[in-house]
Amino acid sequence: MSDTRQLTADLPAPDKPRPTVPRIQLSRYRDLSLIPVILVLGVIGFIVSPVFLTSDNLIGVLQQTTELSLLVLGEAMILITGRMDLSLESTIGVAPVIAMWLVMPRHGSATFHGIGLLPGWTSIPVCLVVGLAIGALNGFLILKLRVNGFIATLGMLTMLRGLQDGVAQGKSIVEVPASFSYLGKASWIGAPAAVWICLLLFAIGGLALGYLRHGRALYAIGGNSEAARAAGIRVDRITWIVLAVGSLLAAFAGVLYVGHYGAISSTQGDGWIFQVFAATVIGGVSLNGGRGTLFGALTGVIALQLVVNVTTLGGVPPLWDKFLYGAIIIVALIISRFASGEKQD
Amino acid sequence: MSTANSAAAPAVRAEGIVKRFGPTVALNGVGITVAAGDSHALVGRNGAGKSTLVSVLTGLHTPDAGSVFFQGEPAPAPGDTAAWQTKVACVYQKSMVVPELTVAENLFLNRFDSGRIRWPKLRTRARDLLAEYGVDVDPAARAGDLSVEQGQFVEIARALSFGARFIILDEPTAQLDAGGIERLFTKLRELQQQGVAFLFISHHLQEVYDLCTTVTVYRDARHVLTAPVAELGKAELVEAMTGEAAGQEATAWHAKGGALKAAAPTEGAPKGREAAFDMRLAPREREQPSTDRKVRRKQQGAGRTESSDPLLTVEGLALDNDFDPIDFTVRPGEVLGLAGATASGSTALGETLVGLRKPSAGRTSVAGRTVKPGSVPHALGAGIGYVPEDRHRQGLVLGRSVAENATLTVADQLGPYGTVLPSRTKAFAQRMITSLDIKTSGPGQPVSDLSGGNQQKVVIARALARDPRVLVAIRPTAGVDVKSKDALLGVVRSVADRGDAAVIVSDELDDLRVCDRVIALFHGRVIAEFGSGWTDRDLVSAMEGLPASGRAEGGDKGAESDE
Repeated sequence: MSDTRQLTADLPAPDKPRPTVPRIQLSRYRDLSLIPVILVLGVIGFIVSPVFLTSDNLIGVLQQTTELSLLVLGEAMILITGRMDLSLESTIGVAPVIAMWLVMPRHGSATFHGIGLLPGWTSIPVCLVVGLAIGALNGFLILKLRVNGFIATLGMLTMLRGLQDGVAQGKSIVEVPASFSYLGKASWIGAPAAVWICLLLFAIGGLALGYLRHGRALYAIGGNSEAARAAGIRVDRITWIVLAVGSLLAAFAGVLYVGHYGAISSTQGDGWIFQVFAATVIGGVSLNGGRGTLFGALTGVIALQLVVNVTTLGGVPPLWDKFLYGAIIIVALIISRFASGEKQD
Repeated sequence: MSTANSAAAPAVRAEGIVKRFGPTVALNGVGITVAAGDSHALVGRNGAGKSTLVSVLTGLHTPDAGSVFFQGEPAPAPGDTAAWQTKVACVYQKSMVVPELTVAENLFLNRFDSGRIRWPKLRTRARDLLAEYGVDVDPAARAGDLSVEQGQFVEIARALSFGARFIILDEPTAQLDAGGIERLFTKLRELQQQGVAFLFISHHLQEVYDLCTTVTVYRDARHVLTAPVAELGKAELVEAMTGEAAGQEATAWHAKGGALKAAAPTEGAPKGREAAFDMRLAPREREQPSTDRKVRRKQQGAGRTESSDPLLTVEGLALDNDFDPIDFTVRPGEVLGLAGATASGSTALGETLVGLRKPSAGRTSVAGRTVKPGSVPHALGAGIGYVPEDRHRQGLVLGRSVAENATLTVADQLGPYGTVLPSRTKAFAQRMITSLDIKTSGPGQPVSDLSGGNQQKVVIARALARDPRVLVAIRPTAGVDVKSKDALLGVVRSVADRGDAAVIVSDELDDLRVCDRVIALFHGRVIAEFGSGWTDRDLVSAMEGLPASGRAEGGDKGAESDE
């Protein structure tokens, strides 16, 4: 360690007086490609409805984005590592349900009875641990048993949804400990706490992927896992951690969701995985791994939600939302296919 | 071309074939004639043009000049696959049958009768076809369940059923055991009786003598000789392949001379060698020299006086099915060559050294410290640097930048607490780019934009980034141009010259010339060992499995002779 520090001190920061970049390298700004799209959406929204540019509306959009964005954060990291996890959309529902089952008392006025094994304040940690465990199980299936990741997580998706239905007896759970619903409900400095938390998590994730060697390793693994292995990167271990963190984030998204809507819905997260993929892909994350940034993924979610918001304000019935999502994915894929000039298999 | 006499016409006759790929001439006016019912061997070193000829003879490539005749008739038009299939077929070392389908379906793939497929009839036809050529395979069996030679029989039967009477066998024995080879050869002899001609391509010269009646030798895209096998001694055959006369000592290579020669033709190469030094020392020279550095300096000095302990020690290292237990040591200042053809186990040995494969027995140690087997991080930590065989598969993350690729192994040294500082990554990469003379627009350029030689330099940079004590390079110059080749070999040599050690795994003679010592492997066993005075002939014989002429020569001067 002292070795490296010395290196830091001795290198006389050769980058400081760096002249401004002489040529504009388009590829460097690929991550920002959705910014103009978001601005255009803002202008359209302003034209379509005066309500659009009110802070209430925009904060509402952001709050609605929070839960989805955490799934996108996890999925983006997993995709960059060259894997995929479909089960995130079930984890967001099953993790809170299992936490409630463990902490809610056996008897009482509540409609949902758990086994009361743990005190109420542990509900959030328990929920997160459940998420971690699900991710670890995915990792075990994919990395140890070497089964196909797509099918394995598809099975997990269905199985976990069924587990949630079984434990919650197909109903929504409306009574949750106050500590559990606080984060999704609270408001800090004029905006929902969830928004701040998501921004913070994206910032941490972005910095980790950009500036930590284990973060950079994700790109190496996703880009060419053989080369990463030959370079001494512990490919399986890191992939496993990424899968666990992805599910952890999904479980945390569950916490925010429950606080936001005041109950654990029995269909919480159902069908979200398509939006998650849509957002990550239009955000520039490669499905083949090794390419994309978390900032791009974040702009992807925001753009997606703005489209829905603008069309809703414009009077398009919400029944058309799915059509829009699908159309957006197709258009984004075609654009990125020709913008990058690479085939997508 | 009179076709009246087609029975006596050769199965195939190619004349004056020229084939260029860009600036490379792959075939330079070569010809070959295979008589009907003959078994004709085509031998030559890598790059002699064998595979290009196969492509031309099977219609995959159109020659730039020259003509091909089958049984006296001109070859079909390019692209007319169906017509080519009636003339010629090639059986590759990898099976080309669809493993999930039955033998019968494979035989008639895409040639079913019109209308619906009548399975019982198909099986009957398949059985008749196999019986006709005496192939004892159940047509209802899944093709994936067949043994390798049975799969080859099916491919041959399929080719014959198209009407082809000329079959090319490209390294057919590489995946076979002794029994399988015997069965294959018996079958081939039977088919020869029926008038089928074979062109047999093998790296195993003994098989040429066992099976073939005529042999043609290519070297450097040219035809060298065609002669009856019976009249050609093994020594003469190897001589024809290498172009080096038996017993000729004039070009007795000396490791040092080899390195100098490699470096001489280009200005860049010697610069690269010294610069490799600079690059290695530059980041550290600013610190107080650590004790580790002093020790190494001492060892570097010791390397020149011969009395040094081995830097890399390999004891009884073995990997089931790949190579038998092997012992060797590499001293500081020495470059060891592990020579061997593709199936010799030399690549597996190299990959075991760097921890990519876990050995089934034995141990490796670097400077007296045992390296944990089967773990790349531990091998790296012990000071083993790795230049992988295939830079696209194991070497590079193509979509990422030069800087990222070059610093992949040193990510832990680019900032405190596991951080990777972009400024330091860039500075590190810039140093590599300068010292190895990598042609790139900057550290941020994606590595996929570079030329092959420069990509390989990035791979080497990645290996050198950690200051390896032992550099293991597998076919380090595959697919790079001559100039980069010299520079790359110069870099490997410089690792040894600075007092560390290097191991080059290769079958390229140019790579092996840099070595002070060469161990030749064949079928997983050490077949010969050479000092620096080996001749191309001896080494090629050994790699082709003919150790008789391989004389281990003393003259182990390379390690000590430094100016």
